[in-house]
Amino acid sequence: MDFSAHSGFRQRKLPPKMRMRTTSTDSTEPSPLFEDTSAGPGAAGYGRGQDKGPAGYPAQTLLSDPMSNLAMAYGSSLASQGKEMVDKNLDRFIPISKLKYYFAVDTIYVGKKLGLLVFPYMHENWEVSYQQDTPVAPRFDINAPDLYIPVMGFITYVLVAGLALGTQNRFTPESLGMQASSALVWLIIEVLATLLSLYLITVNTDLTTIDLVAFSGYKYVGMIVGVVAGLLFGRTGYYLSLLWCCVSIFVFMIRTLRLKILSEAAAEGVLVRGAKNQLRMYLTMSIAAAQPIFMYWLTFHLVR
Amino acid sequence: MAFTLYSLIQTAILCTNAIAVLHEERFLSKIGWAADQGIGGFGDEPGVKAQLLNLIRSVRTVMRVPLIIVNSVCIVLLLLFG
Repeated sequence: MDFSAHSGFRQRKLPPKMRMRTTSTDSTEPSPLFEDTSAGPGAAGYGRGQDKGPAGYPAQTLLSDPMSNLAMAYGSSLASQGKEMVDKNLDRFIPISKLKYYFAVDTIYVGKKLGLLVFPYMHENWEVSYQQDTPVAPRFDINAPDLYIPVMGFITYVLVAGLALGTQNRFTPESLGMQASSALVWLIIEVLATLLSLYLITVNTDLTTIDLVAFSGYKYVGMIVGVVAGLLFGRTGYYLSLLWCCVSIFVFMIRTLRLKILSEAAAEGVLVRGAKNQLRMYLTMSIAAAQPIFMYWLTFHLVR
Repeated sequence: MAFTLYSLIQTAILCTNAIAVLHEERFLSKIGWAADQGIGGFGDEPGVKAQLLNLIRSVRTVMRVPLIIVNSVCIVLLLLFG
């Protein structure tokens, strides 16, 4: 047997396996939120790049042995069955597939979004782009809400609060838990109040509960900036940066919620008469105005 | 403000109890908030008041039995653990 036949065989054997693996992961979700880099061209490149002769022999005998083939097939089918069962049962309680959408972010998106939260004045197009009736994943659209920044912001806020308390010698381990649960309770109260008012004003939006949690969680970024500035520059630094972040979050929320809550005509700037749109405008304004209030309320006791 | 999740649960139970004790005939009709009075035709704008009345009525209907259970559990726990 010459080596070229072997190398040809191996090259033909590897790509079909690769294709099988990637199509099996793609069939579970309509559009891949994350790129599958597990199997990948790395394996084939490695295989083709290495010395093909001696390395090819034991792999081929292992793969061509019928018993081990059977065992591998059986094992993989069992594993996939178990995984399906766990996924199905878990999906009933926590909508994991919906949550995955909110964490499909990358570094560029996070950087741009953080910049947008602190300086929303230059951004023109605030609409969320859709792809065949489903919203595009956040990594492709900067206007889409995500849960990564709120979750990370919450954790960072708790840590920064602990730091601030520590510099004033007021730190105890219980206070860290108290800060975390206080902020969480206020978040829950805010989301429930928003849901209640959205229900009472009969707004037909596609804002889900998780969207509201995401929007309410964006204020943690401003709070962190304020507290860090207060630690570095004293009370004046705290007040100045908090004022800046409050105004930015106010503008950000109004521009984002205007497209979601107000009807089409009013969102384009045309002032539509009618009590319905007036109520919706009031609702948008009050949601946006609640953010600075919470930002001040949750941080003023940290900076003395 | 030292809020814990437990105080949030307490607040939720108290608020739901407060809504559940509003009696339909004796109280709500007297102030014109009964569930069948406010709803006009089947137009598309229910209005804030009609939505509120709807909410009160649905909370009372849905949460009656769970509230009984939750209140009993609360009473037992408070008796045992103070």
